[in-house]
Amino acid sequence: MKKEDEINFQKNEQFTLTMMPGNFAKKLRTCIIWQAIRFAIINIKMLIVVSKSH
Amino acid sequence: MARLVVLGGGVAGHTTATFAAKWLGSAHEVVVVTPNSKWNWIPSNIWVGVGQMTKEEVTFDLAPVYKKAGITYHQAKAVSINPEGKDESDKPFVTIEYTDDKTGQIETIEYDYLVNATGPKLNFDATPGLGDGNGQMGDHTVSVCTADHAVHASHELHKCIEAMKAGTRQKFLIGTGHGMCTCQGAAFEYIFNIEHELNKAGVRDMADMKWISNESFLGDFGMGGLHMKVGGYVVSSKLFAESLYAERDIQWLIGAHVNKIEKGKLDYELLDGSTGEEEFDFAMLIPPFAGVGLKAYDKAGEDITSKVFAPNGFMKVDANYNAGAYENWKASDWPRTYQNPDYKNMFAAGIAFAPPHIISKPMSSPNGTPINPTPPRTGMPSGIIGKAVAHSVCDMITKGKNTKLHEASMAEMGAACVASAGKGVFSGTAAAMTVYPVVPDFDKYPGTGRDTEYTFGEIGLAGHWIKHILHFMFIHKAKLNPGWTLIPE
Repeated sequence: MKKEDEINFQKNEQFTLTMMPGNFAKKLRTCIIWQAIRFAIINIKMLIVVSKSH
Repeated sequence: MARLVVLGGGVAGHTTATFAAKWLGSAHEVVVVTPNSKWNWIPSNIWVGVGQMTKEEVTFDLAPVYKKAGITYHQAKAVSINPEGKDESDKPFVTIEYTDDKTGQIETIEYDYLVNATGPKLNFDATPGLGDGNGQMGDHTVSVCTADHAVHASHELHKCIEAMKAGTRQKFLIGTGHGMCTCQGAAFEYIFNIEHELNKAGVRDMADMKWISNESFLGDFGMGGLHMKVGGYVVSSKLFAESLYAERDIQWLIGAHVNKIEKGKLDYELLDGSTGEEEFDFAMLIPPFAGVGLKAYDKAGEDITSKVFAPNGFMKVDANYNAGAYENWKASDWPRTYQNPDYKNMFAAGIAFAPPHIISKPMSSPNGTPINPTPPRTGMPSGIIGKAVAHSVCDMITKGKNTKLHEASMAEMGAACVASAGKGVFSGTAAAMTVYPVVPDFDKYPGTGRDTEYTFGEIGLAGHWIKHILHFMFIHKAKLNPGWTLIPE
């Protein structure tokens, strides 16, 4: 993990006991190709929940 | 010809009225009574509140839509219900007060079936300083509960951004304005959208941001939190919520009951009984919800409000209101048909029905102040309940009063929720979540109360795309444009 991703751990006592995404995890969040795949998967999952709820 | 009167034109009321009108056709009459002239897609108010959408993009006029659907529309607020009629007439009726150009004019409307879907009263006055003393929002904070509130919030936010650009540090305080609030999700979206906008404006380093809420842990959301499978583990939403707040450098104050607000500061009490004060330059605090204050009278004119409505003003339905202590709560306490137990031609849908109890574990401070989220009943559950109620009423009209009613228990339905964390076609993110069921069933799922195969969540650009597409889909559906019935609630 790059050092700049770790800075927030020390900004507040509350932050030290949680988890923090690294650079790769954060990049994936806005990576168009990966998110296009996730878009399809999330939609399928949501449609299953919607269909089970009606 | 039977007449169905629907009180309220929000997600639940609009769904009930439009489906009932479609299924009943011109053989019967559907009437909508709502004080608003416009329909509002409330989830997008968040984007209005940061200046990323206009009021016009999240609202549309109801009158032409109801005209197209053959629905009789009264722009008025319901004042009282007489479910037994009055004097010589046994015909039940509602009393309404117009809010359009006939403002103040009173009228009665007889009904055969009544659906109460009024939504909540935004009870700003429950916290001194949050309201103005006359039922409206006060001057010290902003809100995103209505499109007009969101426009005002955006205006105030941009004043803060200008102040930061001029070199003045600003403190942002976002969350809930009372110990008994619900809708933490809206505040969650708003704080992350503000953070996103401050980054875009290049002033994030000039802002101190803090979350204040009545949740006993971050990620409770009024549902007692949720567990999901991630990386081979089943983990609590608490871990992910705390992670997101830490990543975005937002501190949190939880288990908080805000008890007084003044210009630039508020007082609070925590679950451990301690008290404190927070200063702010900008605060968006969700008010608690209450029933809209409908009264009910019997045939002799005696007040039977307490028979029809729970003390919080929401209508009693087929729920178990005598569940007792938390240890005795069951998923089966939750209503299935939303029919009033005393008057079988009356139903309540959406926020307007009285829940049997909260979903989160009940908590209070040592001083006896209850501090826990009340149950969410918005969005997808509201729509599904509205449609089930419409189905039941239509069947009662066409097949007879003793027909089997349609069911939509929140303990057996799931919900899909997309919480925006910043808007942008390529830079936006949102937490896409599903829970199944909404109300945990610990008899069926002894571990987490929910099916972890269908309960999940993740944050990313895909979630933002879904939220933006849902914006257009649900407005398309609400306008009854071609194919509207194919879009699920």
